[in-house]
Amino acid sequence: MTSITARCRSLPFQLIRTAAVIGATLFSLWSAQAQAAEVSVAVAANFTAPMKKIALEFEKDTGHKAALSFGATGKFYAQINNGAPFGVLLSADDTTPEKLAKEGKAVADSRFTYAIGALVLWSAKAGYVDDKGQVLKTGDYQHIAMANPKLAPYGAAAMEVLNKLGLTAQVQPKVVMGENIAQTYQFAATGNAQLGFVALSQVMENGKIREGSAWQVPGNMHEPIRQDAIVLNSAKDSEAAAALMKYLSSPKARDIIHSYGYSN
Amino acid sequence: MQLNAEDYAAIWLTLKLASVTTVLLMLMCTPLAWWLAHTRSRWRGPIGAVVALPLVLPPTVIGFYLLITMGPNGPIGKFTQALGLGNLPFTFAGLVVGSLIYSLPFTVQPLQRAFETLGTRPMEAAASLGASPIDRFLTVAVPLARPGFITAAVLTFAHTVGEFGVVLMLGGNIPGVTRVVSVQIYDHVEAMEYGHAHLLAAGMVVFSFMVLLALNWLQPKAEQRA
Repeated sequence: MTSITARCRSLPFQLIRTAAVIGATLFSLWSAQAQAAEVSVAVAANFTAPMKKIALEFEKDTGHKAALSFGATGKFYAQINNGAPFGVLLSADDTTPEKLAKEGKAVADSRFTYAIGALVLWSAKAGYVDDKGQVLKTGDYQHIAMANPKLAPYGAAAMEVLNKLGLTAQVQPKVVMGENIAQTYQFAATGNAQLGFVALSQVMENGKIREGSAWQVPGNMHEPIRQDAIVLNSAKDSEAAAALMKYLSSPKARDIIHSYGYSN
Repeated sequence: MQLNAEDYAAIWLTLKLASVTTVLLMLMCTPLAWWLAHTRSRWRGPIGAVVALPLVLPPTVIGFYLLITMGPNGPIGKFTQALGLGNLPFTFAGLVVGSLIYSLPFTVQPLQRAFETLGTRPMEAAASLGASPIDRFLTVAVPLARPGFITAAVLTFAHTVGEFGVVLMLGGNIPGVTRVVSVQIYDHVEAMEYGHAHLLAAGMVVFSFMVLLALNWLQPKAEQRA
């Protein structure tokens, strides 16, 4: 009897103690998270390889975590418009971040150019692409891959180059289109398209073309592919997002970005 | 808001792809389903599993492997080149090959089920009346298994119409050649052309509903006849 009453009497105290333990645990979890937070980043497909490296260094140096999603900038724009929980957008262009800022979906003064992309005409075959791109005119290739110019800046740049060379009509029937630059690379890398207009960063490693043959398209043949980063509204007050933006212009990040052929 | 020329091209291409795929699969799968329904071979299990694989595999897996094997360095690619056909990715023929795999279980399984339901007795009866195997099959089995044929054809057609992942990976998005409706919708959405996307997407919903409804109506009638 007594033991039961004793237990009953102590029940409220037990509850309080349990609540205190749970509370303390939650608080410690929360404060740990405040120190090392996570930011989700939408990354333009062409920036996949460098960003993976940068994210690793970023985590090592700051303790914050960057969760990366890769894809077409146009798709990210649509997803952000429909409430996708991205904190930072690393766009493949400068117009999309500008548009998001104007529409009040992103923090306008956070926008900056993290990389200027370079376009390259690439073939998985060694010795196939000459260093002036004459292969476009003379080569007997069946397919040339490029990103959809309507959706991807690298595709639009590729169209500009064809127009400037006066080869649009000749090349157009051979064009196969990737939904983004990653799929475009995939078409060329599997050899299904003998040629492809891809991002230099996709075929370059440590300042060299990894394999195959390439013509680096001179930057004056198309509008500069200015790739802007911007903080989205959902991460307005996120420490991790601010840290990542700062980290992108750190010397360490700059070195990685340059080693993939981007300028800035 | 109206469908534009590219939308119509995509619709036409989709219907063409689905029709060709359905006809080819019905021809190829009838003997296969018959064999699966009646064999006692120990290969029945493994082959049945292979037939069902596309049901559980993501289209990206099928698309990825087809892109590699049908490419210039892949075994199928080398074979088609030797035949003088070139490589299949980015061509209508390539999409047909992809669709044949992608829609295979939707043809085989209803047919197999129909043949199994049939049992062996009607065929034995026909045989005892002196009908040759082909005669037995055409005049006894086919009419009796009609509901199965209808289901298989309708499902194969509809499933091919709805194909997305395989054509995206294999097709190269060429207007009039490989850009089917599902890819066209994807493009519209990515380009923020929601009006166009809605038109086509709603069309797909209505189409799919009609197909399933038609199947529902056709089925009991066909069964009664059987």
